[in-house]
Amino acid sequence: MTASDFWAEGEPVVDKAAPDGPVETRWERRKFSAKLVNPANRRKLTVIVVGTGLAGGSAAATLAEAGYKVKSYCYQDSPRRAHSIAAQGGINAAKNYRNDGDSVYRLFYDTVKGGDFRARESNVYRLAQVSVNIIDQCVAQGVPFAREYGGLLDNRSFGGTQVSRTFYARGQTGQQLLLGAYQALERQIGLGNVEMNTRHEMLELIIVDGKARGIVVRDMITGEITTEFADAVVLASGGYGNVFFLSTNAKGCNVTATWRAHRKGALFANPCYTQIHPTCIPESGSHQSKLTLMSESLRNDGRVWVPKDAKDCQKPAGEIAEEDRDYYLERIYPSFGNLVPRDIASRAAKNVCDEGRGVGPGGLGVYLDFADAIKRLGRKAVEAKYGNLFEMYERITGEDPYETPMRIYPAVHYTMGGLWVDYDLQSTIPGLFVIGEANFSDHGANRLGASALMQGLADGYFVLPNTISNYLAAGPFPAVSAGDAPVVEARKQVEDRIAKFLSIDGDRTVDSFHRELGQIMWEYCGMERSEEGLTKAIGLIRALKEEFWTRVKVPGKGEELNQNLEKAGRVADFIELGELMCIDALHRRESCGGHFRAESQTPDGEALRHDDEFSYAAAWEYFGADGKPVLHKEDLNFEYVHPSTRSYK
Amino acid sequence: MAVSGALLVLFLFAHAAGNLKIFVGLSDFDHYAEWLRGLGTPLLPHAWFLWIQRVGLLVAIGLHIWAATALTIRARKARPVKYAHRPKIQGSYAARTMRWGGVIIVLFVIYHILDLTTGHLNPEGGDSDPSARVVADFAPERWYVTLFYVVSVVAVGFHLRHGIWSAFRTLGQQTTKGERRAQAIALVLSVVLVAMYLSVPFAVLTGLVD
Amino acid sequence: MDIKVRVWRQAGPSAAGKMVTYDVKGISPDASFLEMIDVLNETLILNGDDPIAFDHDCREGICGMCSMVINGVAHGPEKATTTCQLHMRKFKDGDVIDVEPWRAAAFPVIKDLVVDRTPLDKIIQAGGYITAPTGTAPDAHATPVPKKDADAAFEAATCIGCGACVAACPNGSSMLFTAAKIAHLGLMPQGQPERDSRVIDMLQAQDDAGFGGCTNAGECTTVCPKGIPMSLIGRLNSDYRKAISKR
Repeated sequence: MTASDFWAEGEPVVDKAAPDGPVETRWERRKFSAKLVNPANRRKLTVIVVGTGLAGGSAAATLAEAGYKVKSYCYQDSPRRAHSIAAQGGINAAKNYRNDGDSVYRLFYDTVKGGDFRARESNVYRLAQVSVNIIDQCVAQGVPFAREYGGLLDNRSFGGTQVSRTFYARGQTGQQLLLGAYQALERQIGLGNVEMNTRHEMLELIIVDGKARGIVVRDMITGEITTEFADAVVLASGGYGNVFFLSTNAKGCNVTATWRAHRKGALFANPCYTQIHPTCIPESGSHQSKLTLMSESLRNDGRVWVPKDAKDCQKPAGEIAEEDRDYYLERIYPSFGNLVPRDIASRAAKNVCDEGRGVGPGGLGVYLDFADAIKRLGRKAVEAKYGNLFEMYERITGEDPYETPMRIYPAVHYTMGGLWVDYDLQSTIPGLFVIGEANFSDHGANRLGASALMQGLADGYFVLPNTISNYLAAGPFPAVSAGDAPVVEARKQVEDRIAKFLSIDGDRTVDSFHRELGQIMWEYCGMERSEEGLTKAIGLIRALKEEFWTRVKVPGKGEELNQNLEKAGRVADFIELGELMCIDALHRRESCGGHFRAESQTPDGEALRHDDEFSYAAAWEYFGADGKPVLHKEDLNFEYVHPSTRSYK
Repeated sequence: MAVSGALLVLFLFAHAAGNLKIFVGLSDFDHYAEWLRGLGTPLLPHAWFLWIQRVGLLVAIGLHIWAATALTIRARKARPVKYAHRPKIQGSYAARTMRWGGVIIVLFVIYHILDLTTGHLNPEGGDSDPSARVVADFAPERWYVTLFYVVSVVAVGFHLRHGIWSAFRTLGQQTTKGERRAQAIALVLSVVLVAMYLSVPFAVLTGLVD
Repeated sequence: MDIKVRVWRQAGPSAAGKMVTYDVKGISPDASFLEMIDVLNETLILNGDDPIAFDHDCREGICGMCSMVINGVAHGPEKATTTCQLHMRKFKDGDVIDVEPWRAAAFPVIKDLVVDRTPLDKIIQAGGYITAPTGTAPDAHATPVPKKDADAAFEAATCIGCGACVAACPNGSSMLFTAAKIAHLGLMPQGQPERDSRVIDMLQAQDDAGFGGCTNAGECTTVCPKGIPMSLIGRLNSDYRKAISKR
């Protein structure tokens, strides 16, 4: 594959905001060198924040506390419903409350290594530093973290780390952290410092004189299109896992805010890095609308298997004799067994299903069997440990996991890629900041468990409020009005697009296109990618795009609550993103983190990185719907944590 | 609701205790009625205490009904469009019947005063002995009066079962143990009260009191 | 399985609405209730009809967005379960299922089954927080919290703000929602300084928003997908009594 077929290569992109020198003091020095805004001037400065999850909610609240005027937008009916709320596991912080040798440096080290050496050291170090402040902040807000009998915070070890640094609130850590940020945000709304706009969707970015100065939004209740202006725009709109249609994301999660910014010039980095979680409840049929994740802890006691013979797959599990079962993880990875990392467990499940040995509807599932654990520990002990998970499984599948083995299958869970940002979290468009899962900055090619919540809150509470002042110090910028040419144009783009959707009046629903896109992505840009598959996928996606714009049927009007119109815009953007993801995956001829290229594996089938060629972040520039995306490389330098290879055999 | 309701419950118990005097003897019952009117003398003129108590009761009833009406109006305003499909009960039966129960009780109290206090609706008339009025009331041939009385007293029972528990909650009861205790108290008090009130008409009906 | 659904259809906030019956044929018992509506909507769209508007998002029972009154019960027949986690196997072939929006003056219908729940946010704005501006926090271990209190606060904090309590309450009251937040914050030492003003201000906001008054009817807790207990209302009342007496 030559670059000229699908993409072109441009100048490298450089992060100019990060200080060099000792990593330990980079953040201190950046904060000191950043320009400040006089408190009296802050109320003359307006910041738009799109999204109200952990990153957006905490940023909006913190900026308002600092005295800026904030306008906040979310598509849900309340800022409390952002999908951060669904995070179960916990949040990492280098508090070392367990005195088990944890430190900022160790969290930094684990995160860089966990990211398979594709993250920026400066950012990751800062993330580890700030992690300790997050816990303090959340406790002060009344977040009910799990505690020990002495009244101090409890910690657990998560995702195979050697130290206990994960703070948690039962299985609902995301919910409790989000409520903390939400309450702080609501307080600022009540005080009149934040203008909250729920059920509003950003559909375009407004750039004036080269700076991000506002957004075009649609009021999802009335359909009214308005233009909103500010001195800076912050996107905290989350990840794009829903490009796969089936994922653990909420139904409304979408890429539109960041994709629209990308189309206006913001670089999109590492779109192909997706995290696939091995323990989700499999599809039950063609009606399936989303997938539900179950805690990975189940693999501590459950044994994963499929029948040795594909002919046995239709039989009930209980009728398959012990010697006819293939405990494939234990067989292939004798030392880690069922506890191999997420990506390995996921890929192994896909492989056995591809061999036709999958179980359950459509053959897309493997057994996670607790029979041995029940025999060994007793039903009571298993119930105490996993009771609520078993209950959840039974509610969704109608099967009793105490009697028949659970069925699990991997599902898309998180996207590490996102808009490219510098150390200040500013994109390549001045005045456009991107935080949380929406940016690409901290996780490299793979995110560690309990690090998503940490990054969202680090960005929102502590990083962005400090770095944005450096930009805003040059403001207030000249006033923008609805009649300015770039504003009129942005608005017209939105209106024309809506009119186009409504006028096609074809014979296929939006969901049918989304489902088809998801199938293409899952098949060719999912757990295992190959040059042949990706090339095929790009062709299929282009054909799908063509078909979408000629055959989609969007009922109703623009001037009303129209959920299919909302979906149409999101799916149109997902289709374009899907193509870029495949191109990014195609260009990266190595396996790293969440990206496994069939052509790049060791003789025994493990991921093979090519640091000599691919030790960079791939930041893509948009060049028109039919133009070739242009690749800008940001070289990654590892001064502290030196690349090494992992092994789980 | 809780405070006015609590006063009314106290009254109901005093009233019920007085009723039971009829088992000691009809003349004792009449003496008790007379004694009530003499309470507080000579500090207060004859029957003044009774009137003070009646005024107090009226105020409590007035407040109770006023609060109930205000809550009902608010509830109506808070749900202007009704559900097309509404199953009968999701919480407790007693809780669901508070409002209609309350209306039945008010109607009953009016009848009850006209019947046994003033005697206007009593076969014996207003000048008779209280005991005679009671005996006449629950005579077997006037079974419908007894039935109405029974229905009303049971309504009071239901009203109290939710009302007493609810009063505890309104006044701040919040522990699981306390909740069980409050529910038990509400149930026991309601059952005891209903039993006390029903014993008299049944005694008359069966000829135990004559 | 084949079923019929009778769904509340209302074109807009001021339009008149009515129940409309639809046949849903061949739906899998493994489909969730919302997936059944998805399937129905796909048919409606292709037939040129307006699909049913309904709120939903995470579809894993935590965001609190889904909100259907199914056969008269908020979130449907399964205990402690949101609409999105309710599956069709809980119904029988041939059933006729009534689906209505949350009904409350404070939650006006926007379209079909979609209602406006922003008054719940207004209650939080009035005091459902602990004032702790970013950067002011002491070390997390500065104030130990007894495990018992932390666990109880967590239980109260599991409220997902879906509004089922209001939908079920014969009085249209949001008392259980408010009480859950009062209890969550009031049980933490960090929540003490604002405890009195919080309960007074939140109750005022609740009344101003047009919710009905609580009569301890108890229907809220029976439909609550997170099983928030009614005892928290007693706690709220107790806090309110103490706060008022100090004024």
